[in-house]
Amino acid sequence: MSRFIDRRSQNRHQSVVNRQRFIQRFKKQIQKSVSQAIGKRSIQDLNRGEDIQIPKKDLSEPKFRFGLGGIRQMILPGNKAFVPGDHIKRPDQSNTQGAGSSSGNHTEGSEDDFVFQLNNEEFLNIFFDDLALPNLVKTQIKKNKQQELVRAGVSSVGNPANIHVVHSLRNALSRRIASGQSLRKKLASLEALLKIEQLKKPKNTIQIDSLKKEIEVLKKRIKKIPFIDPTDLKYKVKVLESKPTNQAVMFCLMDVSGSMDEQKKELAKKFFILLYLFLRKNYQTIDLIFIRHHTTAKEVNEQDFFYSRETGGTVVSSALELMSHIIKTRYNNEDWNIYGAQASDGDNWNNDSPKCRDILIHEIMPYTQYFAYIEIMPRSHQSLWELYLEIKKKYPHFAMQTIHNPQDIYLALRALFKKSIGTTQARPQA
Amino acid sequence: MKQSVDWTIEGLSEIDQAIARLAKEKYHLDTYPNQIEIINAEQMITVYSSSGLPLNYPHWSFGKQFLQVEKLYQRGQMGLAYELVINSNPCITYLMEENTPVMQTLVIAHACYGHNAFFKGNYLFKAWTDADAIVDYMLFAKRYIHCCEEKYGQERVESLIDACHAIINQGVDKYRRPPKLSLHEESERQAEREAYIQSQINTLWRTLPQKNKPSREPDQFPLEPEENFLYFFEKNAPLLESWEREIVRIIRKISQYFYPQRQTKVMNEGWATFWHYTLIHDLYRSGIVDDAFMLEFYHHHTNVIYQLPYNSPYFYGINPYTLGFSIFKDIRRICESPTKEDRQWFPDFAGKDWLETIHFAMKNFKDESFIAQFLSPALIRELKLFNIIDDQSKPYFEVNAIHNDEGYRKIREALSQQYDLSIQEPNIQIYRVNRRGDRSLTIRYTPHAKRPLDTDTLDQVIKHIHALWGFQVKIEEVQEDGSVQVIKQCP
Repeated sequence: MSRFIDRRSQNRHQSVVNRQRFIQRFKKQIQKSVSQAIGKRSIQDLNRGEDIQIPKKDLSEPKFRFGLGGIRQMILPGNKAFVPGDHIKRPDQSNTQGAGSSSGNHTEGSEDDFVFQLNNEEFLNIFFDDLALPNLVKTQIKKNKQQELVRAGVSSVGNPANIHVVHSLRNALSRRIASGQSLRKKLASLEALLKIEQLKKPKNTIQIDSLKKEIEVLKKRIKKIPFIDPTDLKYKVKVLESKPTNQAVMFCLMDVSGSMDEQKKELAKKFFILLYLFLRKNYQTIDLIFIRHHTTAKEVNEQDFFYSRETGGTVVSSALELMSHIIKTRYNNEDWNIYGAQASDGDNWNNDSPKCRDILIHEIMPYTQYFAYIEIMPRSHQSLWELYLEIKKKYPHFAMQTIHNPQDIYLALRALFKKSIGTTQARPQA
Repeated sequence: MKQSVDWTIEGLSEIDQAIARLAKEKYHLDTYPNQIEIINAEQMITVYSSSGLPLNYPHWSFGKQFLQVEKLYQRGQMGLAYELVINSNPCITYLMEENTPVMQTLVIAHACYGHNAFFKGNYLFKAWTDADAIVDYMLFAKRYIHCCEEKYGQERVESLIDACHAIINQGVDKYRRPPKLSLHEESERQAEREAYIQSQINTLWRTLPQKNKPSREPDQFPLEPEENFLYFFEKNAPLLESWEREIVRIIRKISQYFYPQRQTKVMNEGWATFWHYTLIHDLYRSGIVDDAFMLEFYHHHTNVIYQLPYNSPYFYGINPYTLGFSIFKDIRRICESPTKEDRQWFPDFAGKDWLETIHFAMKNFKDESFIAQFLSPALIRELKLFNIIDDQSKPYFEVNAIHNDEGYRKIREALSQQYDLSIQEPNIQIYRVNRRGDRSLTIRYTPHAKRPLDTDTLDQVIKHIHALWGFQVKIEEVQEDGSVQVIKQCP
């Protein structure tokens, strides 16, 4: 007698361990792929996984096996016209291997890459590892937006636990009033008639009796109007709402002068992405403004921001001026949380730097939540860095950092994350 | 069974009983009790990619396999197996949930009575595996390796397993019958073994010379060349710690467990296919299944046994289902209605009881000897088999034999060799250890038919062997003139 077991609901996701092992093992290659993917993606496009390609030879499992050469025999099926002694032209090498795969000999079909899908969480994990984010930060920005149940009026459907008593009783009352209205009118008129009849002399007893009867019936009918009826019931409605519901605008400022090469831009992009991830976690809507500059600044779309090339000198203040202008005209400080992120390789015209400092101090810093400046692989710090140090002294929400590799990026935003973690921890759990 | 879209466990249980009755009473199939488990696609991929074992230690290569199969499956480039059966007692069979009722019936007949009887009856399985213990043993292995990972770190364990996997095909004593394995004894004896082996190793590598006695030990070590690499390293590698030896042993045991399966692919599948074919026809004759059922059944059955011709772009070799099924069917034909030719070729059993003959064949052969014994001229003609010689030094293949009187024996011999692991796998043996000097290990490759080793993978394999051995490793090849030349060494 055989035993049948339905295993479908058990032992799910048993292979997760092996999947993790695989990812761990090929972390370097995967990290490279993720890096490339980040390079191709838009800053906001972080909600999906990625196809990862790994060269097949990197993940081979070597065993002793035969190479090409020597003499082999093969039995093949489906002979049509061959007789002993016939010669068959040797097909080109790749085909030979295919035809030679008899008896389960494992031959390499093609040198195609091994491709697999990294899911979104794994994708972000790898990205974060690249940036060397502390764990607390990782979990914090990976989580979906916090949602909260918010009351949103009443409804006629719902579950008994959510009955809105006041509303329901009020409804019942008005229903009772409404549906008893005609009866009560009639009752009143009958009672009036009865009074008249009773005052009359001689009394018309038949008339009085019938009136009394009618009144009796009406009173009963009024009494029968239910005190509460299913249609009266109202329920409290709660909806999930994302918290917090504020909006933010993120300014990405980047120097695109000739000295900013692709590698520097890539680092800058990672910096912008990390800031974006942080904002996405904390704000419901985020506007992204891209300002690139060389000697003049221009507001552009993301594509142009990262990929179009310009040459020329560098006047940083032009970008800051534009940012300040956009804030004034489009982003009312009362409604928007403003974040600034500036990436540059530190080049600036010397006499422009004091101007930058002044714009930042007077026109930007007072209105922003956080402003981070990164200097990517500078040969040596120039005047801009020195003057920005002054701003840093003045405003604690100004951060600056020299970036040599992706791990340094987090340092520029550390204060930001610290603050946010601090506040979420301090806030009592509702 | 009623023709319907969905099966139920009750329905399957009913049909299983009907098949069981037939299998036992009419055909004398001796089987382990069945444990039939219904699983979904993801679970199937999981079992599939951990080398067909329900429990296995974690390793990245299984993850790689999983990702590969999962991707192919999701893109519709590959169907999953309809069933997967474990050589265990009770015999565990996994059925896919999305199989149709007809499919489930076919698969129950195929796996739960065909493969199952083969596992219990074939001499190789009897000698090499212990169906009672495998599930327990895998449990032990998984736990043990997990403990090692916690103690010594995942990385060390992983690279050790990598190294063992590289020589997993060199993990069998081909001529010695191994002792049975069992969880109870394994765990009990394991501590004892650790201590013992360590002391043995110490003796082997004792550095103090024994002055007075003239050395009577022969200089050659090992005395005989050793083909079981995993066994050799487990017992003799000087630098392995005892837990590492235990892991080498676990992988050797698993390799050994699969050894019979690698040698009986054609027979095992042929036998199971023969029985699902026979049993389902019996169900039809006794009215348990109807015409519509049979139409769908034939569709699946012919898919399973379809043999692509050699010149098809999708040709991937001889289909073991076709070959095995055809031979078993042919044996029955030779028994029931032998021709003159059959009587001449198979005087032993032509015209004898067919059931007895195929039981005999199932019990006492492996692919190589099975083909050498039972492939008939009639079948060679039916499959239009022909033999080609692929000599890399010539710009063409030569057709050596076809399905005619001169060709039958040649084809039979060549096909038999095609399933002979000692010819299909390189002949590599541990030849010598330099015990007095640098402790270097020499591995000897003896080529057959001038076939060289693949040098790309050799580079990596030798590194893995070096990691296990701990001292220099050389691989030498016997040349045509009998001289020996070192072809690779590490470091």
